[in-house]
Amino acid sequence: MALGDDGASGCAIGGEADLLRVRQLLRERSRQLGLGLVDQTKVITAGSELARNILKYGGGKGRMDVETLSKERRQGLRAVFADQGPGIADIAQAMEDGYSSGGSPGLGLPGARRLVDDFLIDSIVGKGTTVTIVKWTR
Amino acid sequence: MSMELAPIVRLGSNLLISLQGDLDDATVLRLEDQITRELVRTQARGMLIDVCGLAVVDSFIARVLARITSMVKLLGAEAVVVGIQPAVAITLVELGVNMKHVHTALNPGRGMALLTRLQESPPDGSR
Repeated sequence: MALGDDGASGCAIGGEADLLRVRQLLRERSRQLGLGLVDQTKVITAGSELARNILKYGGGKGRMDVETLSKERRQGLRAVFADQGPGIADIAQAMEDGYSSGGSPGLGLPGARRLVDDFLIDSIVGKGTTVTIVKWTR
Repeated sequence: MSMELAPIVRLGSNLLISLQGDLDDATVLRLEDQITRELVRTQARGMLIDVCGLAVVDSFIARVLARITSMVKLLGAEAVVVGIQPAVAITLVELGVNMKHVHTALNPGRGMALLTRLQESPPDGSR
């Protein structure tokens, strides 16, 4: 975990123990930013889902980077989850509730999208997937 | 593994387990094992699972909680999940986790009352 001058921080995702680091880092950063308890819980949970996606479907290795944004009077917490896994061929299908290429019900991506304000997914087959989420202060 | 992850307290013919802190997946799965083993060992009729110490319940933890309650039922007992934090409840609904088949109550006291009612009602649900 490194804290840069711009307030950016991040952590590698390579095993189940990193899920706790992802949640911890998102908790710290969303608290610092002044997100309310419900919004903190939502962004931590979304992060937990996306980090688990990397472990299960994203080749098992990736990272999360967190930074703060500012737009007019609002502040946002942006978390970027990137892996160099197999990528997603059909993003629309992967965003459907209940779709999963693995064994468990596919709540990860659509569920995470519902928990945040901005959600961006970018995937190239054979290269990897990047999911960006933002939660803004109210 | 025989390590006790969370203390299980006996309350009459029921058991109470309080989950705390930030749980990783392996710990959640070991809890599942601990709960079912204790239930059989003590021959308890009910299991109260207090989650008020969990600040985050993601889809994996929620799924295992639902699974535990199904297992408890197969073992001839009833399970009630109590103490879900309001922020966690809001998050689980938006996440889309299906907890319809899980009995829940606001706190351990109400959970205990619900357990008693569940244990009194006939298994086919007709009264």
